[in-house]
Amino acid sequence: MATHEVTFPVTDPAEILKLRAGDEVTVQGHIIGIRDRTQIRIFDQGVEPPMDLSGAFLLHTAPNVRKLGTDSEGRGKYEKLCIGTTTSARMVRFTEGLGSQYGVRAICGKGGFPDEAIEPMQRLGMVYFAIVGGAAALETTQIEEIEEVAWEELMPECLWKFRVKDFGPLTVGIDAHGNSLYREVQDRAKKKLEEIYARL
Amino acid sequence: MTVVTTDLDAAVSDAAAHLYVWALKDIPQDLRDALGAAAGRETSVTGQRVLQTILKNVTVAEDEKNLVCQDTGIAVYYCKVGEHFPLHPARIYAALKEGTERATVEHPLRSNTVHTLTRENTGPNVGYRVPIVHWDFVPDWDGLDVKCVPKGSGSENMSFLKMCVPADGVTGIKKFVLESIVGAGGKPCPPGIVGVGIGGSADYAMHLAKEAIARPVGTHNQDPLVAELEQDLFQLLNETGVGPMGLGGDVTVLSVHVEHADTHMTLNPVAVNYQCWAARRASAHVAADGTTSFERDA
Repeated sequence: MATHEVTFPVTDPAEILKLRAGDEVTVQGHIIGIRDRTQIRIFDQGVEPPMDLSGAFLLHTAPNVRKLGTDSEGRGKYEKLCIGTTTSARMVRFTEGLGSQYGVRAICGKGGFPDEAIEPMQRLGMVYFAIVGGAAALETTQIEEIEEVAWEELMPECLWKFRVKDFGPLTVGIDAHGNSLYREVQDRAKKKLEEIYARL
Repeated sequence: MTVVTTDLDAAVSDAAAHLYVWALKDIPQDLRDALGAAAGRETSVTGQRVLQTILKNVTVAEDEKNLVCQDTGIAVYYCKVGEHFPLHPARIYAALKEGTERATVEHPLRSNTVHTLTRENTGPNVGYRVPIVHWDFVPDWDGLDVKCVPKGSGSENMSFLKMCVPADGVTGIKKFVLESIVGAGGKPCPPGIVGVGIGGSADYAMHLAKEAIARPVGTHNQDPLVAELEQDLFQLLNETGVGPMGLGGDVTVLSVHVEHADTHMTLNPVAVNYQCWAARRASAHVAADGTTSFERDA
């Protein structure tokens, strides 16, 4: 299993294609926080997201923040308190749209995506990164600043732009070549269950 | 830590406010030990990566005085009320709610509570019937024990109930727990504590499963038959290879806790409630004069 450092947003698709399921990845640059209600607004209510998602790394999150004030254009400025990652599986149905309509290249969350994400990720050159769920104290130290917040009325399920440094370690859970660690683990576990049931 | 106050409403409310934040920041020693032991026996590369990150995170939370996990959960309290405790449970409930609200605003903590249909936020981690409080009443006693278990949604979403039939027997119980945990995969943040409730009725089995996850790792059911089931399930679940965060490995669960109740001759309910690796819990004892002492498991 290789280790990589990738800076987001990516412009070269090869940056994604070099990643293989099981590899360890550290991320630099900018990442976008997104969650259930944010994606329901984009896809079910048809509202265009006010941030560029092309080449982006999306993080399934809803952070603990403190509001510091408002800028001249009425946008809130926030300070990080505790930023961690939520269960991805609830949001799997948005994968294809994020890739095909907005050019998203990576989705990061915890717990994995079901198998329905494998085909669109392969077709669109996307990856799923597994983060360690619950390890929010550490994750918070790797987020340098909340640079932008859109759709504040969905607090805490807004669209967040974070600048990160050495974000990780992440594990490639699903790569752009049709491999999924989750599918492999589930297939092995189901075979094992049959063995166990025969003994009970 | 011991705090003395003469105002019982304030004592209970202060206890709740302190417990909620304490539980979120400082995970119990039994969990830390179990996670350390897990890292000692995990042989997969990804599993080791996850466990080392978890251990590092626990230290960072301590150093930075930050929350272990960003999910401040749904506030759940277990109260044991002495029959001579001078504050009525209705007032205890109001004080717990006030304390939860105050901790959320003052820290501040993320507010998670929403109306279940409109999904609109209902306030600082309180709402209609939230916090959730479970009650036990103790004769010949004048104290109050409060245990706070903030429950994260990642693990709570991995709750399962099956009304097995008597002919399914213990094998049926084991199969259901196994298929539930394998199906849950990485979603509930394994390796954690699997709570299993058996017997009683449908709702009571789930209640028992929830009680089971709030027990310290290393404790066993007092009934030897049930304790044996805990041990069997622990071994079987760790054979499945689901591993830390569902990425594959030797350690799928840290502990299995089973609570049971006698049941109807035609019932065989099995409930599973998962608790993530950051199994948060903290307790306080409030005496009749308002003196409060904080202990991990009061």
